Amino acid sequence: MPGYADPGFDTLALHAGATPDATGARAVPIHLTTSFVFESSEHAASLFNLERAGHVYSRISNPTNAVLEQRISALEGGVGAISVASGQAALHLSIATLMGAGSHIVASTALYGGSHNLLHYTLRRFGIDTTFVKPGDLDAWRAAVRPTTKLFFGETVGNPGLDVLNTPEVSAIAHDNGVPLLVDSTLTSPWLVKPFTQGADLVYHSATKFLSGHGTVIGGLVVDGGSFDWDASGKFPELSEPYAGFHNMVFTEEATVGAFLLRARREGLRDFGACLSPHSAWLILQGIETLSLRMERHMRNTQRVVEFLGQHPLVSRVGHPLLESHPDHALAQKLLPRGAGSVFSFDIKGSRAQGQAFVETLKVFSHLANVGDCRSLVIHPASTTHFRMDDEALAKGGIGQGTIRLSIGLEEADDLLDDLKRALRAAERAGA
Amino acid sequence: MHIQVNNASLYCYTGGKAFDAAKPTVVMIHGVLNDHSVWILQSRYLASHGWNVLALDLPGHCRSGGAPATSVEQAAHWVIALLDAAGVAKAALIGHSFGSLVALEAAARAPERVSQLVLVGCAYPMLVSPALIDASLNDPTRALEMVNVFSRSTLAPPPSALGPGTWIFGASMALGRHVLASNKNANLFHTGFVACDSYRNGEAAIEQVSCPTLFVLGEVDQMTPPKAAKNLVAKARHAKVVMLPGGHHQMTETPEAMLQALVDFLDPALGETTA
Repeated sequence: MPGYADPGFDTLALHAGATPDATGARAVPIHLTTSFVFESSEHAASLFNLERAGHVYSRISNPTNAVLEQRISALEGGVGAISVASGQAALHLSIATLMGAGSHIVASTALYGGSHNLLHYTLRRFGIDTTFVKPGDLDAWRAAVRPTTKLFFGETVGNPGLDVLNTPEVSAIAHDNGVPLLVDSTLTSPWLVKPFTQGADLVYHSATKFLSGHGTVIGGLVVDGGSFDWDASGKFPELSEPYAGFHNMVFTEEATVGAFLLRARREGLRDFGACLSPHSAWLILQGIETLSLRMERHMRNTQRVVEFLGQHPLVSRVGHPLLESHPDHALAQKLLPRGAGSVFSFDIKGSRAQGQAFVETLKVFSHLANVGDCRSLVIHPASTTHFRMDDEALAKGGIGQGTIRLSIGLEEADDLLDDLKRALRAAERAGA
Repeated sequence: MHIQVNNASLYCYTGGKAFDAAKPTVVMIHGVLNDHSVWILQSRYLASHGWNVLALDLPGHCRSGGAPATSVEQAAHWVIALLDAAGVAKAALIGHSFGSLVALEAAARAPERVSQLVLVGCAYPMLVSPALIDASLNDPTRALEMVNVFSRSTLAPPPSALGPGTWIFGASMALGRHVLASNKNANLFHTGFVACDSYRNGEAAIEQVSCPTLFVLGEVDQMTPPKAAKNLVAKARHAKVVMLPGGHHQMTETPEAMLQALVDFLDPALGETTA
């Protein structure tokens, strides 16, 4: 496909990584096979020694997954990607590739509950410590750095308060300290922001959400921007010194850019094994093909709902940067001009019981633990996604006992507003 | 490994195998704003199949010290000096794009030192448009985008240097940015393009080459279109031409066909060992 211009986002979303194969199939085929036949013993040896590139075993790579990996790389502007079993697997793979016991992470307080658990509880058991800082407190990011710090980590828009990560500033602090910035861009998707253009070094997605878009599949993707200089940092012997676990390879010599990917695939997928099923990869690809159409509608519906809730007397707070009252309104306008996502929270005036009545009265919104579906969703974070966090940790994350989180879908906006009106009336009656 | 050459330390990737004086040697020379890593697949293969590989970072690029060559002739001088410093009497030379001109010039200057010559993505003259030369100086990011758009032949490249899931366009952009940033004292982009554009010795050089020569060209290469190699092919004494079904990223967009072309052409028996 020679051309004089770089294809646009929508073209890449449909074509990057895929071309009709020998069968003429226009859609991406699903290669449901565990393994791939070697042409000869010589061919097999060449593949294992990375003299030739190809597929060996679907835990390490698969043609359908490779299409997905190229496609997300194209949309993010990265050098390559690795598809994994879930967003959490993507976060774990990123961390496990870059560090071991004795290492330290500086992370935003505004994280998905599962990510907070991994960092605050699970990784400590493996000797990796994390300091949490308010995402907007740049001095705190700076002050939290230790000699053992290996990574900065935040969400483009923090779940569920929609704290906007000041990626340019936070990445600059990270780089001043010789560490990369890993960004979870699940809630924004590359349609709203390409974090590499703002200084991020690694981006990951729970592809379960907007990328797949239909609530049908669990999957994750980690993308390498190829800009971080692992050698110059001097903090990553995992990449810049011989690795006895894989041909004594020095990954930064093999790959001047993309050393992270090389180790993450050759060690991380091989040893941890959190690979993505090709069928799941295909479902995510189906979603990505209409990503821009869906995101546009998500943003339009979100604006209607935010405006409605912002004027409702029973609502004390709407946490969306569309509103000037949101502390990151100006930052969102600068870094997220297409919108700050369709997942946000609001507070109902009144008791927890009133909040419960609200959730249980909704008919169009589904009460469940997911976001980024084409259908509208609702949940009560304090009792579900963030239930392991104590009051102090909840408060740090901007979550109250009466906070309700919405994920705005693709239904008719008027139907969503009618549903919310009915549920708010029920909440009001429950407080009478 | 690093080799001291002309008072500079030149980095050479050896394909994952230690340099062995008992084996014949192949030298791989990258193009403008590239480095050794563009040859990873081919260099690892050759290193495991009977060759010493010296895939160098040209002077002033990435892991190599020294001042960057400002002409093809200067760069060719470095390559011959590298053979001297490594104690290699005779080597096969493989060059890509600007590196192909460097390999050609080195083979012309020291024909007795070159066993086989492989010119990948080669054109002569290798003229660069004034707009692109200007952009390489004043707007390198834009110039890098132009070069990579012109170099790309597909939106669906096969598994490549970083394995399946590599996005060649992004990888090439990132490598270009990295190489450019690796030298604070010189604009490697502009220096390289000016060197390509101003090289005038190609036709005389190919007549001096006495060894077998392989041209590996991309059918839809917009950077160095196959027709732009016609004159060199016609003047070469022992020329073979292989057309690959791709563009200017021969090593990464068509890695299997590229490897096959090398395997079919390179004969270790023609190379001399240093033992």
